[in-house]
Amino acid sequence: MIGPGFADPVADSQRCFRAVLEAMSRPGRIHRVPALAEVPAPLHGATAAVLLTLADGDTPVWLDCPAAQDWLRFHCGCPLVAQTAAAFVVATAGMPALAALAQGSEEEPHLAATLLLQVESLQAGQGWRLTGPGIEHAHRLAVAGLPGDFLAQWAANRARFPRGVDIVLCAGDSLACLPRTVRIEEAG
Amino acid sequence: MTEASIEAGYNFGYLDENTKRMIRRALLKAVAVPGYQVPFGSREMPLPYGWGTGGIQVTASIIGADDTLKVIDQGADDTTNAVSIRRFFNRVTGVATTEHTAAATIIQTRHRVPEAKLREGQVLVYQVPMPEPLFRLEPRVAETKRMHALADYGLMHVKLYEDIARHGAATTSYNYPVLVNQRYLMSPSPIPAFDNPKLDRMPALQLFGAGREKRIYAVPPWTEVKSLDFEDHPFQPARADAACVICGARDSYLDELIVDDSGKRHFVCSDTDYCASRPPVQDAAA
Ligand SMILES: [Zn+2]
Repeated sequence: MIGPGFADPVADSQRCFRAVLEAMSRPGRIHRVPALAEVPAPLHGATAAVLLTLADGDTPVWLDCPAAQDWLRFHCGCPLVAQTAAAFVVATAGMPALAALAQGSEEEPHLAATLLLQVESLQAGQGWRLTGPGIEHAHRLAVAGLPGDFLAQWAANRARFPRGVDIVLCAGDSLACLPRTVRIEEAG
Repeated sequence: MTEASIEAGYNFGYLDENTKRMIRRALLKAVAVPGYQVPFGSREMPLPYGWGTGGIQVTASIIGADDTLKVIDQGADDTTNAVSIRRFFNRVTGVATTEHTAAATIIQTRHRVPEAKLREGQVLVYQVPMPEPLFRLEPRVAETKRMHALADYGLMHVKLYEDIARHGAATTSYNYPVLVNQRYLMSPSPIPAFDNPKLDRMPALQLFGAGREKRIYAVPPWTEVKSLDFEDHPFQPARADAACVICGARDSYLDELIVDDSGKRHFVCSDTDYCASRPPVQDAAA
């Protein structure tokens, strides 16, 4: 059985999109997305909602969980492809190397992948210090469940600008974004 | 929900969900790469090009039932273009509309940035006729792409400097090019250069839609937007040296009106909401 998508697809995907747009515009701020009645394991509510909102037949997707493939294909109709060719990379069981994902080109940086990365938790007001476009002074964000070398990978990703991956961190029904421009410093 | 107030036969926001998704994906990448022009598959809209079809598609892709929409053209809410667009969104979304800058969550604009300071939570959507700031200098699209990729903007600097050398000041008073986040050269759309400083570190999100040219670009909140200039010739936006005859403002952008056959001129605020929000001047001249 394939579970349902949004209860009100037009209104719910608009609300979810505005949450992602706000989150991408103000890196590190945590937003909640419209809750789904049923979320296909092992996806989190936020991951599933973002896929319903943004993925379709025009967006090649890679995901690490075969259990959610049928749900994704049924609701979004997106082709499942190799990791390096995916517009959306969905990671539920550990982060793929950022450098291995589509980076876009200097002339077409918008062709870089968006990584939907499931983490254990997101907490505002503590942890990392984020600066860059979208941030007046600094935003604080604590993320549990990232690889130990995340900050080193992120620094390398940021150094590739205008190429580089953008990340949507998903935890339960909440999300926060790390566009490729954001500078992340260890909690100080 | 708002379904009841949408005209029958329309999807909320007029666009189909596939088109919205495509534009939404472009918007997210535009925000991630500030000032870079993301190509998108622009759709036919029920208004002709030149009526802001790019801005309309952006607004239609972000707007929700909880939004309050303001539409301005040349600063005014009551021009034909602004009224048509506002009416269109009222028909296809049923959302509330307003003329008050402070009350709006989305402001779609052509040719002006409101005088009132925008805040976090607001989105400013610009209608853009020509998104490529280099097009007068370099008509070859492949070449402008290369210049953006390399941040090779020497040609634009040379042109501006020649202007200044010849005329004593930059002659570009509209659509004056800016550098976003110290990286991408961007057209601010045909706003007066007077408005350029408002784009810099604006708390609101700024989105730009060019329908005919099929480009979307963005400036995230609090992002540096710098008008191109030179150490010996700093950017100096022009403003008529006059006060608004209605409200007396000396800080707003003014439109010039010829008021009689002898060519007598008056100046009034271009931003009608700003002007109306200020106490009228005592009519000493009468
Ligand atoms: Zn006035």
